[in-house]
Amino acid sequence: MNTSTWDSAQPIVSLKDVHKSFGDLEVLKGITFDVMKGEVICIIGPSGSGKSTLIRCINALNDIQSGSIKFQGQEVHDPELDKLELRKKVGMVFQQYNLFPHKTALENVMMAPIKVLKQNQEEAEKMARALIRKVRLVGKEDSYPGELSGGQQQRVAIARSLAMSPHIMLFDEITAALDPETVKEVLVTIKELAAEGMTCILVTHEMGFAKELADHIYFTDNGVIVEHGPPNEFFNKAKDPRTKEFLSQIL
Amino acid sequence: MNPLSHIINSTDLPVMKPFNYTVSAALQARDIVKFSLNKRTALVLILVLTAWLGIDAAYAQVQGDPNQTILQTLIKWTPLMFFGPPNEFGGFVLNITVSFIAMAMGTFMGLWVGIGQVSPNKIIRRASWLTTQLFRNSPWLVLLFYFMFLLPYTVEIGGIRYDIPGWIKATFALSLPIMANLSEIVRGAINSIPTGQWESAQSLGFTRRQILWQIILPQCIKRMIPPWMNWYCILTMATPLISILGVNDGMTLTQHALAAEARSEFLIPMYLWLMTWFFIYSYPIALYTQRFERRFTITT
Repeated sequence: MNTSTWDSAQPIVSLKDVHKSFGDLEVLKGITFDVMKGEVICIIGPSGSGKSTLIRCINALNDIQSGSIKFQGQEVHDPELDKLELRKKVGMVFQQYNLFPHKTALENVMMAPIKVLKQNQEEAEKMARALIRKVRLVGKEDSYPGELSGGQQQRVAIARSLAMSPHIMLFDEITAALDPETVKEVLVTIKELAAEGMTCILVTHEMGFAKELADHIYFTDNGVIVEHGPPNEFFNKAKDPRTKEFLSQIL
Repeated sequence: MNPLSHIINSTDLPVMKPFNYTVSAALQARDIVKFSLNKRTALVLILVLTAWLGIDAAYAQVQGDPNQTILQTLIKWTPLMFFGPPNEFGGFVLNITVSFIAMAMGTFMGLWVGIGQVSPNKIIRRASWLTTQLFRNSPWLVLLFYFMFLLPYTVEIGGIRYDIPGWIKATFALSLPIMANLSEIVRGAINSIPTGQWESAQSLGFTRRQILWQIILPQCIKRMIPPWMNWYCILTMATPLISILGVNDGMTLTQHALAAEARSEFLIPMYLWLMTWFFIYSYPIALYTQRFERRFTITT
């Protein structure tokens, strides 16, 4: 991946007029935004507004019809692009955790570094144990995903992504499937990540979290960004009636 | 939000824990012993057997040949029916051998054809689908005849002629429907793994091949074991079909023995005797299969 033209003063992720359709259904109708290194971005909006699709385009899980997505200056929407190289640098955590059920927590975290990054066993295990400690799951290393609670599984999933030493993390409604009590433990982990300077893009319904942590909030509806701004401005001075309606329902 | 969503979402994978094969095998063995030692069953069996032996001896007396009881006849022919003619490969042992080899070949080929059915390459996918449908929907006996006459009787390698025994051709023919059915099992198992597994592995930078072999297929194995064992039982039961092609299997030799005795009252006990061997061989496998299926549905 050629990153020589990119330096950290430029946006790490840059979307320009992104259009995406599934068949006849256009889900993204021209999305444009930039993310700077170290920023925490929250994307909020009603269900079906294309939020998840949007972040899945950033690591090329979904392709786009037109527009441009640049990651560290490299066009993601380029048929020549080595998607595997891109995905090594872009971590992603899903709503359904998607841990590998036939592997223990530790093995889940170690697997990608060994198989994808070709790290040796000891090096990968050392790092995996450190990450398990970081997400506060010491003692659960040898548990299988089925033996862990949702919140614990989600934290293993975060550790698994971090094991690839990504340059940016994408979180796709990672607390949506969790109990209210366990949401907190996952959010604490993300808070720590953000404090360490990790660039994070979150699709979330946790308004309190967005308010506290986000550098910038984007509100999407019907495939377009309706309104955006820093949390204070966004939550207190929303101008668009759709934003106001959404906020009144959710807050 | 669905109030049950945390339950529904907590997992959609039926099996999360690894099997403890040894413990499960020990439990199985105990179950089978329990079955055979059920006192009332044993008592009834002994009574029936004793009564039958009495009638058998009395009948032989009436026939004027006391050394030709059914029991003695069965004992006399058992080595032939079980092991085949001396210095020849045959009998019930051949049935089991054929079932083993056909299963091994069918499993190997079925795995590849099944993977072919989910290939991103359209040509491979179509060809695999066609192969599967062709052999899955053909009568086994027709396939047997087909390959018996299609495959050559001898091959020449380096100037030396080798005979291909009929049973090897028959084994190959039987492996084809197994291949096709396992191909469907493999395809179904791969498709039953949630797409989230593919996506999360993709987002970690795994290649498609790595995802398939290291993440998806290991999860499929547990799902495939019960149907795989089931097909093994079906195959074993189908091996006497090869007798029609003149292979000296247990069925053929039983027919030979009956022809040599030329006494119609031996017909039922002799075939029953052969059936008993198949039953004793297959029943434990059926029990194992049931146990696996039960484990499979309970574990969440």
